[in-house]
Amino acid sequence: MIARVLVTPKPVVNDPQGLTVKQGLASLGFREVTDVRIGKYIEINLEGTTEHEARQRVEEMCRQLLANHVIEDFRFEIEREHSRR
Amino acid sequence: MKFGVVVFPGTWSDRDCGWVIDQVLGQDLVYLWHKDTDLKGCDCVILPGGFAYGDYLRTGAIARFAPVMEQVGEFADRGGLVWGICNGFQVLCEAGLLPGALIRNASLEFRCEWTHLLVERTDLPFTSSCAERDVLRVPIAHGEGSYFADPATLSRLEQRGQVVLRYSDANGRVIPSANPNGSLHNIAGIVNARGNVLGMMPHPERCSEAELGGTDGLKLFRSVAESGLKVLVS
Repeated sequence: MIARVLVTPKPVVNDPQGLTVKQGLASLGFREVTDVRIGKYIEINLEGTTEHEARQRVEEMCRQLLANHVIEDFRFEIEREHSRR
Repeated sequence: MKFGVVVFPGTWSDRDCGWVIDQVLGQDLVYLWHKDTDLKGCDCVILPGGFAYGDYLRTGAIARFAPVMEQVGEFADRGGLVWGICNGFQVLCEAGLLPGALIRNASLEFRCEWTHLLVERTDLPFTSSCAERDVLRVPIAHGEGSYFADPATLSRLEQRGQVVLRYSDANGRVIPSANPNGSLHNIAGIVNARGNVLGMMPHPERCSEAELGGTDGLKLFRSVAESGLKVLVS
């Protein structure tokens, strides 16, 4: 089982990295860009759990460590690993 | 007064704090390793600056799970003095001992420079040696010192007078150009509601001797040392 976790700055939190990248894109001619927010991507391998259990465990991981609820939101997907030899 | 200075892997200001405590002020000093499970009878615990556990994931995010932090939390709950400086402030926020969070500087730069701080509370053990509306000249050195809290938390902090230090100009005027990192309300340091846990981004231990270009930081260390005396006397 693989959990793919996305942690993003809350909309109310200033994201100077995103602003800077937005300006960079604009200077390259990507004028259609209206906003850029930069967060984190975390990949977690789990074993010995059902998808339902994994979902609950990853939710807890996000709450306890992976995201800081003051400044960040999180979301994730759980995927079954492709069969391996 | 016995000071305990916590050392995490990656802490870098522990010896600077220790020097001020025992060499400049002549107070008792003990270093507390991150794996220690007792605070060795300290009256004040300092979480110094640095990059605890490499600041991986987020500043202070891993340090809050260190064995010593459980003791620090209980000590704070009992009213013990806890003082987080720079990375220590970030750890205190992650640990939930102080509200809010410290995010990337608005400039995206690591800022290492002198700042002025308006002291808004002098009734605390950390600031009792300061004059009313004192302006301290203290250096900062951080990349992630921009104080953030949601609007409700921020107004609660203001209403309860929990903002202790604010970035100002040399005359104590709190203006945007004196804000080095984009902190909301120019916040440089806050205290918990009870007044025994202080977090601040600037480094008082780096300006406690004239050789280092200033001695204003010593006022804060002296305040804590003398608060201990008051407890003994009363």
